[in-house]
Amino acid sequence: MTKFAEVTIEKGSGIGRFVERYGIIGVVVAMMVFLYAMEPQYFLTLQNLTNILKQIAMNALLAIGMFMVILTAGIDLSVGSILALAMMSLAILDKAGWPWEIVILVGPLVGLACGVVNGLGLTMLRLPHPFIMTLGTLNAFRGLTNLISGARPLSGLSEPIRFLGSAQIPIPGLGQFGAIPVSAIVLLIAYGGIGWFVRRAAIGRHIYAVGGNPQAARVSGINVNRILLLVYAMSGFFAGLSALLLAGRTDSGFPNAGLGAELDAIAAVIIGGASFFGGRGTVLGVFAGVLIMGLLRNGLNLMNVSVFWQQLLIGLIIILAVYVDVLRRRAAVRT
Amino acid sequence: MEPSAEAGREQPLLEARNISKYFGSITALDGVNFYLTRGEVLGVVGDNGAGKSTLMKILSGLYAPSAGEIIFEGKPVRFSSPRHARDVGIEMVYQDLALAGNLAIHENIYLGREPGSRLLGLTVVDQRRSRQMATDHLDSLKIEVKSVDQNVEDLSGGQQQAVAIARATAFHARVVIMDEPTAALAVAEVGKVLDLIRGLRDRGVGVILISHRMDDIFYVCDRVMALFHGRNFADAPLKDTTRNEVIGWVMGTKGHTEVLAHDQVR
Repeated sequence: MTKFAEVTIEKGSGIGRFVERYGIIGVVVAMMVFLYAMEPQYFLTLQNLTNILKQIAMNALLAIGMFMVILTAGIDLSVGSILALAMMSLAILDKAGWPWEIVILVGPLVGLACGVVNGLGLTMLRLPHPFIMTLGTLNAFRGLTNLISGARPLSGLSEPIRFLGSAQIPIPGLGQFGAIPVSAIVLLIAYGGIGWFVRRAAIGRHIYAVGGNPQAARVSGINVNRILLLVYAMSGFFAGLSALLLAGRTDSGFPNAGLGAELDAIAAVIIGGASFFGGRGTVLGVFAGVLIMGLLRNGLNLMNVSVFWQQLLIGLIIILAVYVDVLRRRAAVRT
Repeated sequence: MEPSAEAGREQPLLEARNISKYFGSITALDGVNFYLTRGEVLGVVGDNGAGKSTLMKILSGLYAPSAGEIIFEGKPVRFSSPRHARDVGIEMVYQDLALAGNLAIHENIYLGREPGSRLLGLTVVDQRRSRQMATDHLDSLKIEVKSVDQNVEDLSGGQQQAVAIARATAFHARVVIMDEPTAALAVAEVGKVLDLIRGLRDRGVGVILISHRMDDIFYVCDRVMALFHGRNFADAPLKDTTRNEVIGWVMGTKGHTEVLAHDQVR
């Protein structure tokens, strides 16, 4: 046997690996225990829990799209604007009396189209970094949103359009608030589907490969531009789906929707342990990142802490999360 | 000895005739002839800019030649892409390895060619088969790793080079082109990679080895060919030449002797 020098880096024992993979879930549980201890009469009520699920839905969908983009070492700054454009498009058509079967598709399809624009612009114009292309479309899509809506919000959408964002499926025997929001089921399907896709589908693995070493991907016969187009298209699609849910929850369309939402999505992905340099991260981590941000906001609201403190804390958590990752990596190299 | 002067040898596995390559007004290759037989390890030497890498990129399908023809197993071929060259059995191990460090060994070996089944237009990777195939393949090459699930970034340079070679030979490779495979390795690992090259030769694979290291050339090659300023300069079986002569070829001199060697110890 050809034996190579054993300079292999140990990723730690089984326990170490377990902590590395699922430690972030522990953080979520710890936060929940803490919030329960602080606010025992409110936090664990069914009403509050379903509220959290509804509140995180928008960020969760933006984050899962952003996750795939960040896996390729990219970034999509335009998701907040895509959300607004998709939301106003569907609200306008709904108000114009279009059949709901079409309107319900408009959100995700507008999002998909915007994502394709991002992907094509990035790959065909050969802009130096996705930051540039999506910074451009962040402005362009927001401008378009205001143009088509006259910068005016619309409210009062039709029943079927509101279904995904606001409906609840009652659980028998749990009383008035014992119900699962439909938006939570949408999240479950999206996260389950993407989780399967990035781990099992060859294209999903190619997304990781492009993030890890685009040159290696290219010489392996992977069409790197096709992968990039795919991730930006999917990011746009999820922003559009998120628009549909938000429109349903708020029963309206407003042109300022999703202002700054791209930064929340990026924060959730990074807190969830994905690497900003691509190729690293899990769907479970992203979900934990979304939950951590959601629980923090919810908990601080319950405790009547001002939103300014929330901003400050979320900022610190982003820095802390990445620092922990840096420490862990350094420890791994030393052993 | 010019290749064309060598009569009566067996049909080459891969042959290139009169290859020229121009980049604008620059002539990178000028009427270069080349051949490689089955189970032969050919060392290609030459100074930087001599045209080695350009020739290899033409043979592996990355560049199209400006003039000349490539003959693979007796038939003229024209490669439209590296993928095409790969499909007929010509594989390249790149100098910078071209591995994705964040993926497992078995995923790297089959990257872009994953075993699996089709579902709604998607290839679903059969991870178990991928692991099994990778384990069997590494065993057959006598490459030892702890687990094919290890990420490539956690391996030593030599192990990474071994994975890159395993990757190149995963699918019936007939010709493997290696560009400076030992340049980035610790001394202790060089020998193991060279042994791996010998193993490939024993399996009938033709290996082209570009190297600056005379030790590598003289340890593992059967024949050495020199390019100088984009032209054939010299070509000889290893047993008919010496280290000093080959060093002379790299510098563009023939009849380079012990006396002329700049690095001799007096």
